[in-house]
Parts: sequence; structure tokens; C-alpha cells
Amino acid sequence: MTTRTIQPATVKKTLVVKASQAKCFKVFTDGIDRWWPKTHTVGETPLKRAVIEPREGGRWYGVSEAGVEDPWGDVLAWQPPARLVLAWRINGRFKPDAAVHTEVEVVFVDLGDGTTRVEFEHRGLENLGEGGDAARAAMDGGWSLILGQFQTAAEEP
Amino acid sequence: MTNALRKDVAFAALADPTRRQVFERLADGPRAVGELAEGLPVSRPAVSQHLKVLKEAGLVIDRPEGARRVYQIDPQGLGQIRAWLDRFWDAALAAFAAEAERPDDDADETGEDAPR
Repeated sequence: MTTRTIQPATVKKTLVVKASQAKCFKVFTDGIDRWWPKTHTVGETPLKRAVIEPREGGRWYGVSEAGVEDPWGDVLAWQPPARLVLAWRINGRFKPDAAVHTEVEVVFVDLGDGTTRVEFEHRGLENLGEGGDAARAAMDGGWSLILGQFQTAAEEP
Repeated sequence: MTNALRKDVAFAALADPTRRQVFERLADGPRAVGELAEGLPVSRPAVSQHLKVLKEAGLVIDRPEGARRVYQIDPQGLGQIRAWLDRFWDAALAAFAAEAERPDDDADETGEDAPR
């Protein structure tokens, strides 16, 4: 019997950032801790730090206030300043789960006028329903509230 | 049911391996209970039970076809999960852009770490 995978559409985002390609890559990776939402975390205690190790095969993880490392995934492609692919191994409950394989790809295109087009996609979302722990009750309704507050704060001049 | 709650239920529904198998079979196209039960190591009533859970989770829909009931995947089901991620990345990338566009303190283009 052939099994066909159910494929939710890839999440795609494109934005133009008023910063150089090199700076965009650097802020996205080395500087992830400066922008990654700390309002919610995969750990038991609040997120203190987010890290992407700067090499292919490097780890992508969060460190909680309690000092615990939570593995989020790893670096699949490291091509500064143009491209980054990360494995996102976080299940539907926002818990680390090595059995989950989804991919986040970020491409930075130099537009030549000091701005950069960031092409983002998160694909393989059909895999979110897999993994032993993947499936029980996920995020609570508070999430949308938190994200709303976050967005307001982020958009302040 | 709120969207968030509905998504929780969808994840829960797919946690069970047999139920996921039933769900994956429906990816090949609409099926009746009897067809779904063929080749699965569970009884037909068990398949019906799984379908009930999948239906309540918003993952499958059913319709009568003559004397039997045919089940198919509700394309909106996994969409709930996707919708959440879609919103999450909107917020995260907005924060990234704000950070990338922030003038560096003692700034160079490569964004060498400024003290913070």
C-alpha cells in the first residue's frame, strides 16, 4: 500500500529589512537572542537565552532561567551571508522532540541599496503530528494574547 | 471551540499510531469504514471509534453515500496547526527586522556585538 503524506502548506514570509545582507545574517544567527520572543518557551522556566551555533551541524537551543538547555534543532546549512537552514524539532506542545523534523530556511538577498530581502519558509509541517510526545494538548489560548502584546512591543518606534 | 483548543485536540487525535494510520489512509482519498478497516490490525468498530475522534478533532469530515458513510480529510484540520505557526513567525520576524534595523551603538556593518 502506498501512503501519501498529508501536506499542510509551507509557511512563507518575505520581508525587506533596512540593513545589509551581512548584518541581517548576523542578527538572525549570532544575534538571535536579541530578537527571539522570550515570552514563551519550551522549557519549564522562562527563556533566558537563545543560541544558534555558527556552523553546519551546530545546535540550536534555548537556555532557561534555571540554566537548563532545551534543544530546538540543529543547523542543516550554514552559508553566510546568504542562506541558513535549521531543523526545527519542536512538537505541537512546544516541547523538544528529536523525532520531529521540520525545516526553517532563511535566504537573505542583497537588494543593492543597503536593504535586504529576507525570504523565510517553515516547511515539513505535516511532521508536527508525529513523534511520541508530539500530540497531546498544545499551547493554550494565552498564546495569542502574549503574541499580541509582543507584536505591540516589537513595533514600537 | 476556540482555535487554540481545536488545535490541541487535533494534536491529541494524531498521537495514537493506529489513528494516525487511519488518517493517513484517508490521504489517498475518501473511504468508507469497511475499506479503512481492511488491512488494519484493528476491528471495524475500533476504526469507527478512531474516526469519531478524528472527526471531533476537526481532522476528518463525513458524508452519507447511499447506505454507507464516507470519510475524508478535512483540509482545514491541520490548517489550524499551521495557522498558529504562521502567526508565531510573523511576530518573530517582525522582532528580527526591528533588531536588524536598529542602529548599532558603535556600529559597524557586520553588526559586531555591541555591549548590551
